Amino acid sequence: MALLEVKDLKVRVEEREILHGLTLTVNEGEVHAIMGPNGSGKSTLSHVIAGKPGYEVTDGQILFRGEDLLEMDPDERAAKGVFLAFQYPVEIPGVTTMNFLRTALNAQRKARGESELMVPDFLKKVREVSKSLNIPQDMLKRGVNVGFSGGEKKRNEVLQMALFEPSLCILDEMDSGLDIDALRIAADGVNALRSPGRAMVVITHYQRLLNYIVPDVVHVMSRGRVVKSGGKELALELEASGYAQFEDAA
Amino acid sequence: MNVAVAKTGSGRAVSDLFASAEGRLPGSPDVMAARCEAFETYERLGLPHRRIEEWKYTDLRALVGEVLPLAAVPDATALKRAADAVKAHAIAGARKLVLVDGVFAAELSDVKALASEVGFKTLRETLDKDAGLLKTASTDAVIAVNAALATDGVVLSIADGTQLSAPVQIIHVAIAASASAFTRSQVAIGKGARATIIESFAAAGAAAYQVNDAVIVSIGDDADVAHIRLMDDAADAVNITSQFVTVGANTKLNVFNMTSGAAVSRLQGFITLAGEGSQLSVNGVNLLKKTEHGDTTLVVDHAVPNCVSREIFRAVIDDRAHSVFQGRIIVRPDAQKTDGKMMTRALLLSDEAEADNKPELEIFADDVSCGHGATAGALDDSLLFYLKARGLPEKQAQALLIQAFVGEAIEQIADDTLREHVIGIAERWLERRS
Ligand SMILES: Nc1ncnc2c1ncn2[C@@H]1O[C@H](COP(=O)(O)OP(=O)(O)OP(=O)(O)O)[C@@H](O)[C@H]1O
Ligand SMILES: [Mg+2]
Repeated sequence: MALLEVKDLKVRVEEREILHGLTLTVNEGEVHAIMGPNGSGKSTLSHVIAGKPGYEVTDGQILFRGEDLLEMDPDERAAKGVFLAFQYPVEIPGVTTMNFLRTALNAQRKARGESELMVPDFLKKVREVSKSLNIPQDMLKRGVNVGFSGGEKKRNEVLQMALFEPSLCILDEMDSGLDIDALRIAADGVNALRSPGRAMVVITHYQRLLNYIVPDVVHVMSRGRVVKSGGKELALELEASGYAQFEDAA
Repeated sequence: MNVAVAKTGSGRAVSDLFASAEGRLPGSPDVMAARCEAFETYERLGLPHRRIEEWKYTDLRALVGEVLPLAAVPDATALKRAADAVKAHAIAGARKLVLVDGVFAAELSDVKALASEVGFKTLRETLDKDAGLLKTASTDAVIAVNAALATDGVVLSIADGTQLSAPVQIIHVAIAASASAFTRSQVAIGKGARATIIESFAAAGAAAYQVNDAVIVSIGDDADVAHIRLMDDAADAVNITSQFVTVGANTKLNVFNMTSGAAVSRLQGFITLAGEGSQLSVNGVNLLKKTEHGDTTLVVDHAVPNCVSREIFRAVIDDRAHSVFQGRIIVRPDAQKTDGKMMTRALLLSDEAEADNKPELEIFADDVSCGHGATAGALDDSLLFYLKARGLPEKQAQALLIQAFVGEAIEQIADDTLREHVIGIAERWLERRS
């Protein structure tokens, strides 16, 4: 059974159809890249998978390990192992990153019927992961993403991914706003999480990221559909020729 | 007793209230005369209503109707029940002074431990000689009726230079249902003293009771004082509280008020900065649900130059509850270089929740920096979604954001134990919601 199956998905936002019948299948252990011009619907797809309100699914299905994802609340999806690293992570003043991480992790564990992680175990884990991502400890004492630089926000997303150990990671433009060193650190963090039981969907505009996180499959999205899929060489091709050739196909 | 008969809305003769209380009221003949005068004032005015400017948003005639008869003197069973409530609300390390249904309960209080650092008497004892404590400059009807009917209270004096080794916690416990308790207390804090005074209000199973409390605080120069008031009353109770505070020079006063219960509550604080160079911080949180009505009314009077005042108020309003914040900053003609700011925010958790905010600046000096700001709104959907996408169920995500919201006021409490205690009250309130 596929990990994620998006079948002929049609989505409207404020009366306007954004996704016009999108189909995508992701199996365990695979890394998929989605590329496509601005406004083609990449973030919309990721939001609908995560369960963000405001999107109306008018047709199609999203199955996660065969279960209907669209029937679940966002927190249920998270507990089942769906994780979206946001293109624009929000700032939450007054909620320290540490408190947020612990509350979220324990909420997911509770939903799965697991026991809460003991504080020392939790701290140890956070320390390990944040160290490998070059995130200073005192950043974790600040409000979630409050006063974080663009790159720090993205690393904080990868930190959560490493901590929650989801089985499907969707990374929406993880590379935007990262300098070259930060990109390498974040990509290393993501690569460390690659495993046979875990799949990744990497949304990006730049082939460069895919040098670090090498995909099994590359999809081209245009105007609310996947218009072409191929191997990692498709990304190079796009880099050379742009999206114009796909505009008509859409 | 020459009290003319007047009727309340419900037809009960108001003077019955006084007549029936008379045997219970302590005081010398002078005191009784002062009470009688105060009661006449109350009879003339009746409960405040919306046409009285200060009570515009809190019409006690409509919300409360009538003042209930005095609660009986608590018996041994009542005191035993009160002991459990005291335990639940006591702050670790604090020295307790307990009033049960408006009567001082020595057996539940730490009078002995207090004695080495704090001068202590009950109001009852004080009134044997002196009617002074029943007099306040106010013309407010709720204060007049408090003067007329106050059965007891605590009278504390903290000598110059005293550094209290532990906070003093005055705990009011309601036991009797459908009855009222009138209390009046005084706290005099000397020059250079350091003190933390906490007042807690709680019920031990009592329902539909009414509390009317007044506290008169005077603080000398160079003092450092924290004054915390926690109103965690039963859901159908009424709590009307009046505070009169006078602050000396170069003093730091940190006030925190929280309302987390009561069908109808009003905290009115009148703080006068009477000495130069003082710093006042007044912070508050209202946590309201169902049809609760919670009113915080603060008047900060800059009577002298060079003082700083800061007010942070947060209201969390669920269901059909109604929160009122009235904040007035007065800057007297001489009070140059005054720096006074007030910021109030209301969080509306339901479409029917209501917040009224009335800031007023009355500035009679020209070289001052004063301002106020107010916001009202719902929880931010994008923050809620972020938390839910990380696995927090709706109510838990809301709770985390609400805690952060009230945290801006609660974090002004300097003492760790106290702050944690207050956070605990907020957490329990949030747990009851989910
Ligand atoms: N809330 C919304 N209201 C109206 N239109 C929206 C909304 N969200 C997205 N859209 C529209 O849907 C289309 C797809 O947007 P989306 O953000 O999914 O694109 P994208 O592929 O992620 O673009 P980018 O590469 O710039 O991030 C755009 O035309 C956008 O304007
Ligand atoms: Mg996007």
